[in-house]
Amino acid sequence: MSGMKRREFLKTGIAAGMLAGINGCAGNGRSGGHVVVVGGGYGGATVAKYLRLWSAGTVQVTLVERQANFVSCPLSNLVIGGSKHMDDITLSYRQLQDKWGVRVIQDEVITVNSEKRSISLQTGGTIRYDRLVLSPGIDFIWDDIPALRSPSAREQILHAWKAGPQTQALRRQLEQMPDGGVYALSIPRAPYRCPPGPYERACLVADYFRKHKPRSKVVILDANEDIQSKKGLFKQAWNDLYGKIIEYRPLSEVRDVDVASKTAILEFDRFKADVLNIVPPQRAGRIAAESGLGLINRRWVEVNDWLTLESTTPGIHVLGDALFPAPAMPKSGHMANQHGKLAAAAIIRLLAGEAPNPEPVLMNTCYSFVDAGSAIHVASVHQYDAASRNVQPVKGAGGVSTARSEHEARVALGWASNIWADMLT
Amino acid sequence: MKLPFPLAALCLLAWASSATAELSRPENTVDRDLGRNLAATCANCHGTNGQTQEVPGSGLAPLAGVPEAVTLRKLADFRNGERPASIMHQIARGYSDAQLALIAAYFAAQRQDTGSKQ
Repeated sequence: MSGMKRREFLKTGIAAGMLAGINGCAGNGRSGGHVVVVGGGYGGATVAKYLRLWSAGTVQVTLVERQANFVSCPLSNLVIGGSKHMDDITLSYRQLQDKWGVRVIQDEVITVNSEKRSISLQTGGTIRYDRLVLSPGIDFIWDDIPALRSPSAREQILHAWKAGPQTQALRRQLEQMPDGGVYALSIPRAPYRCPPGPYERACLVADYFRKHKPRSKVVILDANEDIQSKKGLFKQAWNDLYGKIIEYRPLSEVRDVDVASKTAILEFDRFKADVLNIVPPQRAGRIAAESGLGLINRRWVEVNDWLTLESTTPGIHVLGDALFPAPAMPKSGHMANQHGKLAAAAIIRLLAGEAPNPEPVLMNTCYSFVDAGSAIHVASVHQYDAASRNVQPVKGAGGVSTARSEHEARVALGWASNIWADMLT
Repeated sequence: MKLPFPLAALCLLAWASSATAELSRPENTVDRDLGRNLAATCANCHGTNGQTQEVPGSGLAPLAGVPEAVTLRKLADFRNGERPASIMHQIARGYSDAQLALIAAYFAAQRQDTGSKQ
């Protein structure tokens, strides 16, 4: 499933690059330029599809993705809780290629040469681009949890904060844990990917314990001073559904771990668990962080222009969790999808030598399950503000659920089906 | 290479956008793709171009081909709280009247049987 054969692809890619070079930005309906997208998550897959859709196939698009399949982080906590399986959150890139004409290649981008406008691949070879979109998601700052600098340690103390083998592995650890055991989940200081995600995970593990291992406990070690999203709704769910199963400890930053004893090391305290799940501090994915783009707090990519999502390096756009967000903008898959469409519309204009749409709007909805059958949401709308040259949340819009409900759980599954189709098929 | 949707749909779409633009403000100040771009913010739940993947019990309504007036009425009712909603009242309040008009016109011009569905 690695897309077309590499040799065939390179020929086509080079040809597209040359054509674009000869024709400049003519937008002549044949070659509207070549865009390389790095990362096939919620942002990258969306921008790839929408570049093809909105250019009516005139912009050539290459998507470079490490994994053979897309695995969704949203809903992955349901796999950890045991009510869904990996198959339910795993989707193919085939339609992006066969239906939309995106060249999908399974590889890893090693370097970006912004002057030559090219990227180099792990398997060798380079690809030229007219515009580059980096949607690499997050990487973990392992130095902040020193014992986890060791790759073998990371096989025992899991993060499961990138959906994939770790999701399945954490599920297995929970299944193997005896009744009466303790599952500890650490949360890094904000900002991190998916603000409500850890609290949802705590709920779904507690739901599993309640049904199958009722003497077990969930302990949340939160580096933050309070719940980061949907606070009232999560607290209500914990009180109503889980009683003493969930224990919440704010201001409990994990500084290190003892791998063998599954012990979290805090500033003044240690906490021993039977299953220790560490969500480490995060930063923009390596390729964004090491490509010379402007960074904020040395972690997140600075957006130089919210009309185009261009970084401080001309010709390189950034999407999703990797960017330093506008005010009140969460790091969510939904928002990454919206970034993808904003960037696709702008890039098509830029390739044609035209100005981008001057008033973009971005919208976020985020559902969290509080047990296997009920959910809550948070929503927000963000409009471009010419005065601040930034995107600002609309006052009076957005909000959270009035109460958890089974209806919202069905909407959440409908959201998943639609957003997956919107980006991949 | 096959185009993802027929040219006729594009033309219809362009016509619908410009027709709405005339109603809401001077045509030359509205970006020609604004309706398309705004409608795309709805696609996460309502499908690419409003062609919704219907999930039982979700209540997620297909928007493609729905007459403009019907969508606008629904959105107005969500905004003023007259139509029960779990989330749409919160989202509808984030868009201006002119933006909602462009969105409704865009979806009205979409065919129900094309786009993201297989």
